Amino acid sequence: MDSPCSKTRNPFTGAEANAVGVTVDHVSKSFSGVPVLNDITFDVHPGEIFVLMGPSGSGKSVLLRDIVGLEIPTKGTIRIDGQDPSLAETRDRVRVALVFQDGALFNSLSVYDNLALYPREHRSGDEKAIREKVMHALKILSVQDAAAKFPSELSGGMKKRVSIARALVMEPQLLLYDEPTSELDPVMSATISEIIATLKNEYSVTSIVVTHDRSLAKAISNRVGIIMDGTLITLGTAQELFATKDPRLTDFLFPKIDLQNPRFKNLETKAST
Amino acid sequence: MKQLNAILEGVGSVVQLLVRSLTYAGTLPRQWPRFIEQCYMIGYTTLPIVAILSFFIGTVLALEAGYAMEGFGAKEFIGSLVGLSMARELGPMMTSVLLAGRVGSAIAAELASMKVYQEIDALTTMNIPAAKILVLPRLAAVLVMMPVLIVIANIVGWFGGSVVARYVSTVGISPESYFAALRHYTKFKDVMNGMEKAEVFGFVVVLVCCDIGLNTKGGPREIGAAVTRAVVVSLILILVLDYFVTKILM
Repeated sequence: MDSPCSKTRNPFTGAEANAVGVTVDHVSKSFSGVPVLNDITFDVHPGEIFVLMGPSGSGKSVLLRDIVGLEIPTKGTIRIDGQDPSLAETRDRVRVALVFQDGALFNSLSVYDNLALYPREHRSGDEKAIREKVMHALKILSVQDAAAKFPSELSGGMKKRVSIARALVMEPQLLLYDEPTSELDPVMSATISEIIATLKNEYSVTSIVVTHDRSLAKAISNRVGIIMDGTLITLGTAQELFATKDPRLTDFLFPKIDLQNPRFKNLETKAST
Repeated sequence: MKQLNAILEGVGSVVQLLVRSLTYAGTLPRQWPRFIEQCYMIGYTTLPIVAILSFFIGTVLALEAGYAMEGFGAKEFIGSLVGLSMARELGPMMTSVLLAGRVGSAIAAELASMKVYQEIDALTTMNIPAAKILVLPRLAAVLVMMPVLIVIANIVGWFGGSVVARYVSTVGISPESYFAALRHYTKFKDVMNGMEKAEVFGFVVVLVCCDIGLNTKGGPREIGAAVTRAVVVSLILILVLDYFVTKILM
């Protein structure tokens, strides 16, 4: 694991801020009595890229929502830089951005206004400075031509890129990504991987990435945690995990495609009966 | 018991939303464009339907009053009946009902859709309170636009009554007599009472619809359910509040 960094540097202004770490301490979460997360504990060090992997429905996105303060854990505590993330005061002090899986762009605003909303509301600069910042972020993600469009006019991949650009404009100290490369073509997936890595290497932005994408996890992670059925079953570097012989992990990490799977042999017969 | 809990939870949630919104009242001058946009939505787009409805309420009032008062030989008082009914009750009540159906449903649908598609979550992570940018401008706009709508509703309703009074033979009184009675018996205080009622109804409708929209949970199907709930709750509240506000203003 790389050594923790003490400062993050703002990609737009070069200003330094404290790099933040995340502590997840014995967190459990249930909805209407149904457990989704069971006793999860780990730390994310300042300036680290921590990747969370796991099968669909294993609780990764719920954990991400808990970390960002959108949900409150049923048991246990989560701290960002020692502060409770569900409090508005914490969000005042630590800039945390979440890239949602479906983008969560504001449909009534243009792409430009989606990005400009945060700096305008938090009065970070005059309109000229905001414009420069917004256009710079759009250019990084190669979506500057979409500035005047509305989210409904964008493809899934473009929405994702705009969503990442919106997170960049927030100049985050902690950046969380929920499936950042889903719906993207391989070239754009590689670009996103480079952006995440650059934000870490150049600017020491702490990142937590939820993904199914093994190549993304291998390329960018300092550490990877794997969640199955709401339980964190392993934690280590990508090299350690991809060298594992644990059958629970190998089934997930290296799924075999069985073209002769007997489950699907009689589809036609079953459909006709 | 469960329903009582739900009602109390709803009241608590609405009061919390109101308090949260009011804490950002100082930001309203900076939210001028949003305020103007909401004034347009609440006032300008509602105006045609309010005018049409008020005109026909005025005509029906005059028609019914003409039929009923003919037996007493009191047809010259039709203007007072139409004037007072529109100003004190039907103007504010029907405008608020229209507001619930047209604006309240649109607010609930928009905010519910923002909640379902995680736009409200995105605002939360950006530390931009929904109460500040989505609720406060709407509350301010309804307070400004309701008196305007009521004045127009009253004038159009009174005019509708005068048309029937003049041109329908069973009523058959001159516009001069109609408006003389209207002016004599309808005081400025009556018009103000109606406006105060409308302010209360409009404010409650917008607040409740915002709250229901922001508390929507689940998938896209819940957006429709939220809209229905918002309109039904608004209509019930208008009718219930009508009695209490009327009693207080008497």
